[in-house]
Amino acid sequence: MSPWLASLGRRVLDTLARLGRGCLLLPGLMTGITRLAGRPRLLVRQVHAVGVRSILIISVSGLFVGMVLALQGYYVLSRFGAAESLGLMVAASLVRELGPVVTALLFAGRAGSALTAEIGLMKTTEQLAALEMMAVDPVHRVLSPRFAAGIVSMPLLAAIFTAVGVMGGYFVGVGLLGVDSGAFWNQMQTKIELGQDLGNGMVKSLVFGVVCTWIALFEGHDSDPTPAGISQATTRTVIHSSLAVLGLDFVLTALMFGG
Amino acid sequence: MQTRTLELTVGIFVVLGMLALFFLAMQVSNLGVIGRSEGYRVMAYFENIGSLKVRAPVTLAGVRIGRVAAISVDARTFEAIVTLQIDNTQLKIPDDTFAKIYTAGLLGEQFVGFSPGGSPTSLKEGSRLSLTQSALMLEEIIGQFLFNKAGDNKAGESKPEQMR
Repeated sequence: MSPWLASLGRRVLDTLARLGRGCLLLPGLMTGITRLAGRPRLLVRQVHAVGVRSILIISVSGLFVGMVLALQGYYVLSRFGAAESLGLMVAASLVRELGPVVTALLFAGRAGSALTAEIGLMKTTEQLAALEMMAVDPVHRVLSPRFAAGIVSMPLLAAIFTAVGVMGGYFVGVGLLGVDSGAFWNQMQTKIELGQDLGNGMVKSLVFGVVCTWIALFEGHDSDPTPAGISQATTRTVIHSSLAVLGLDFVLTALMFGG
Repeated sequence: MQTRTLELTVGIFVVLGMLALFFLAMQVSNLGVIGRSEGYRVMAYFENIGSLKVRAPVTLAGVRIGRVAAISVDARTFEAIVTLQIDNTQLKIPDDTFAKIYTAGLLGEQFVGFSPGGSPTSLKEGSRLSLTQSALMLEEIIGQFLFNKAGDNKAGESKPEQMR
């Protein structure tokens, strides 16, 4: 009984300490961002790694999510004779929920895991320690540009996802299922509000960008400097990011649209 | 990868993202609808507007010619003041036009429908539509129907007594 209790206690304390280290990393990341103004090259390189290379998976997923939404929505809506509302349904679900959330989930899998592995390997090969020896803060020099790139890329990726998704929905709804094109756009335009829906969707994706990149960078920075440690850290990045995104999405939706 | 191409691809990425946002703002959200604010506003007083909402369409012969801009309550008469934004400035609408609140389908959205009158003067900024008809309230109709039914039954019962 006693060793079991002790191991449980150790695990709880470990988790709390990890949480604390994660929070302590955040101020460093933030101050690092403010110093990026003088060195935009660093940011551009990271936006390329994090954002540009995610475009393909984001747009292809967006296309198919939009197409499936239109197909499934038409099936339900046509039962109530409300197939004209298809555009509204597709756009509302994409702009408010699916756009930011699915983008963040894909981002965690595509970019977050890569960031963790990269930072973890830098730590394992003692590149971060070498930077410190040269009196360069690795948090400012290595982590912050990646953090800023994640925050910049996520809303743009979410916007691309949503736009491509709406077009996919248009293609299936109007092209294949024969919903009236005017009704498709008109219903969307009269019901989707710029600030309330689109603005809040973008705020969501900004929050997800911060959280996903933060988790990925922290896991890499905090990983055990062994091959097994890096693999564990990468796994944790994807799991924790996905859970954080889904949990935060509920909270944000309740704050923005509920009540 | 060379710095030049790298910068280029990042630039393209940012432009793509901005374009997507612009597309969403103009084509998907209501910005494009609100942006067209030319035209003029007229007022209509309704006894009851049912569940008419701001931005509901205003139609004439089934064609959308404007939208509901604002809804408020008159402090003295306790009637609903519905401000209608008419977008189509070419159209000369007679000022004795009859405004009625319709429901699209049985459970659909409510909208304002115009039935044009024959007056030679036409509506302009700030004119007031005096001929209006309130929204059809389904529960009131059902209530009335039940009331009539009960009345019929009572009448049916009392008749034989009078005959005697």
